[in-house]
Amino acid sequence: MELDPVFLSRLQFAWVVIFHVILPAFTVGTASYIAVLETIHFITKREIYLRLSTFWIKIFSISFGMGVVSGVVMPFQFGTNWSRLSDAAANVLAPLLAYEALTAFFLEAGFLGVLLFGRHLVPRWAYLFATLMVAAGTLLSAFWILSANSWLQTPAGFQVVDGRYFPTSWSEAIFNPSFPYRLAHNVIAFYITTGFVVMGISAYFIRRGTFAEEGKVMMKMTLWLLTVLVPLQMYVGDAHGLNTRQYQPAKLAAIEAIWETGSELPLTLFAIPDQDAEKNLYAIEVPYLGSLILTHSLDGEITGLKAFPPEDRPFVALPFFGFRIMVGLGIIMLGLVIWGNWLRIRGRLTTTPLFLKVLQLTIPIGFLTVIAGWVVTETGRQPWTIYDHLRTADSMSPSLTGLDVLISLLAYVIVYVFVYPTGVILMARIVRKGPRSTGHGEGDSPVEAGRPEAPVLAGAIEN
Amino acid sequence: MNPVLDFVPIWTAIIALGVFFYVMLDGFDLGVGMLFGLAPDTPSRNLIMNSVAPVWDGNETWLVLGGVALLAAFPLAFAIIIPAVYFPVLVMLLSLVFRGLAFEFRFRDSENKTFWDHAFAYGSGLATFSQGVVLGAFIQGFEVTDRTFSGSSFDFLTPFSVVTGIALMFGYGLLGSGWLILKTEGEVQASARRHGRICLVGVLIAIGIVSIWTPLAQPVIASRWFAFPNIVIFAPVPIAALAVAFFTWRALGSSREAGPFIGAILLFLLSYLGIAISLFPMIVPYKYTLAEAASSEATQAFLLVGTLFLLPIVLMYTAWSYWVFRGKVRGQFGYH
Repeated sequence: MELDPVFLSRLQFAWVVIFHVILPAFTVGTASYIAVLETIHFITKREIYLRLSTFWIKIFSISFGMGVVSGVVMPFQFGTNWSRLSDAAANVLAPLLAYEALTAFFLEAGFLGVLLFGRHLVPRWAYLFATLMVAAGTLLSAFWILSANSWLQTPAGFQVVDGRYFPTSWSEAIFNPSFPYRLAHNVIAFYITTGFVVMGISAYFIRRGTFAEEGKVMMKMTLWLLTVLVPLQMYVGDAHGLNTRQYQPAKLAAIEAIWETGSELPLTLFAIPDQDAEKNLYAIEVPYLGSLILTHSLDGEITGLKAFPPEDRPFVALPFFGFRIMVGLGIIMLGLVIWGNWLRIRGRLTTTPLFLKVLQLTIPIGFLTVIAGWVVTETGRQPWTIYDHLRTADSMSPSLTGLDVLISLLAYVIVYVFVYPTGVILMARIVRKGPRSTGHGEGDSPVEAGRPEAPVLAGAIEN
Repeated sequence: MNPVLDFVPIWTAIIALGVFFYVMLDGFDLGVGMLFGLAPDTPSRNLIMNSVAPVWDGNETWLVLGGVALLAAFPLAFAIIIPAVYFPVLVMLLSLVFRGLAFEFRFRDSENKTFWDHAFAYGSGLATFSQGVVLGAFIQGFEVTDRTFSGSSFDFLTPFSVVTGIALMFGYGLLGSGWLILKTEGEVQASARRHGRICLVGVLIAIGIVSIWTPLAQPVIASRWFAFPNIVIFAPVPIAALAVAFFTWRALGSSREAGPFIGAILLFLLSYLGIAISLFPMIVPYKYTLAEAASSEATQAFLLVGTLFLLPIVLMYTAWSYWVFRGKVRGQFGYH
């Protein structure tokens, strides 16, 4: 079998980016949640908020540590595997990444030490400031990285000279056509992802009976957030879809598996897209709904895949199924929010066993949705790295052989398959111990001869 | 092009500064990681780890900044060099994964503590070795066709790059022992002084080997150093290095606490200067100069505005976080 370096590099990128993205999906939300809890505690001085914040800081520290180390991998991927893309696009793209490091990473890293270890070393206001700065850092990071990704999807503000891309307008390049939608869609998704983790852990505390009080406080807060964000996300997602239709028509056609250009199109609920035969098998369709959703009118026209040469089409099955998984999970989330509010009105939000049990099961729902969404947007733009300009096949580092990439891919697979479950197990262990007020003698590891158990705990313990 | 404003020298200075900050800061905490592996018991290991736990993350951020700033200011260099050192970069990244996670996992995963101890020590060692190998491969130069690296992914592996890999392990070890002398007391400090001396000897031997080997292998470098009047102008660099080495040796043996760390930093600074003198103005050695590899003026200008504004702020709050955790690291709640 011939080892294809391009295919393997794509696989490698998909692997490292999917594993990386689930961490920001969680840490962006958690950092903001910690900032909210610290602010409430700063104002009300109620001890329960301090306990909750300390508890979430422990979980945050693990996920953030994993996010940092998997994130350091990412910019190097540009150089190791996609050096021709780097050479071509660096003039526009690299400053965005550099600004991410300058504004976001240093902000997070600089104040993280204080957040984790410094509660007793700095004044209260300075500690609150540090939590706010860490939260701001995570959001700034999302801003820049999504700007860079959006530029690759819908490039703007540039000119091409000798196959290389030079900036002509920075505001157009940063605020490129799909960026506002992508930023809003992702940040809301990150908050929702964290929200369902918080709901699930609250449900666990309430069901178990220990820390039920903390669980109730978390659940009541978080349901408000989700009540606002889940419907908002559907609205933003719809707007993002209209934007995709305008700027990445082939991606939209692939998402909906529409082969023929036409109007009054049905919505395909399920089908098996057949790339070679250019049609869908076993399709289940709802008449007119496709045009209605995608164009907001019954007879809106949508460009089909056949309007693009076969070599310019994405592999349809991935965006098609990825999109259906994403939307399906979104509808489940909406159902949970409606159910929760109905229970809240009847005063049974925290006492309905079935609801609590379901919430525990749906802890990973946000992560799965985020991954599905990334698969849709990243496979949907193929075969381009810079949409309509630079092909994926022409973006690779020319010196790499299939074997080189296979070795590195296997190394990433082995390491991540080991590291991620370990992290999840450790976080589960923290959850099992719950938000205790002190960590003395009941922390995460035995006290060692008068030494602190962990630097993380050392800073977080109130005495 | 605009003849008045030339950003290339400014960016050269910024990147040189950024790389040096990375080497100095992550250098000492990687060195601490290697010395951690030599510590005799769990209490001293806890202490050693706590001495860098609040700051390692910020230190590693300089690696990301160095990488993306190189991509932004000298994209051609990034696009040639990084694929050429594909495997050392891979090993470095994966080592940094294990080492970074050890900070979080070691304390929470008591049944696998030994594993995370090893991950921290070997991860630090391997990451350091890989960086040294990258440096060696860089000094040796790369096979380039047009605008891409055209050699094989195993070209990096030469006796010279293995030597520079080992050299950097001694170098970071020296920085790490300087840091530990500063931050600890008693037994841990005493063994840091002993290890520091071993590392210093290793560093001096390595500097000697590289200083002889490089001019022999690269006539360009030989003529740069030994032609008149350069030999007079550049002579202070090796002489100062010897003086600093002597001062560091003495400081390691005395009761001075800041001396060894300062000495190690100066030694790095002088070696760094030596490499710069050898290679300037090449950024892809013997092939492309800084000016040839530079990005467009618009790119450099756009990033410069923010960098000149943000970098001082970054340095300020970085200094603040070091200040918060100043003083000796002790058992209870540390950092008093």
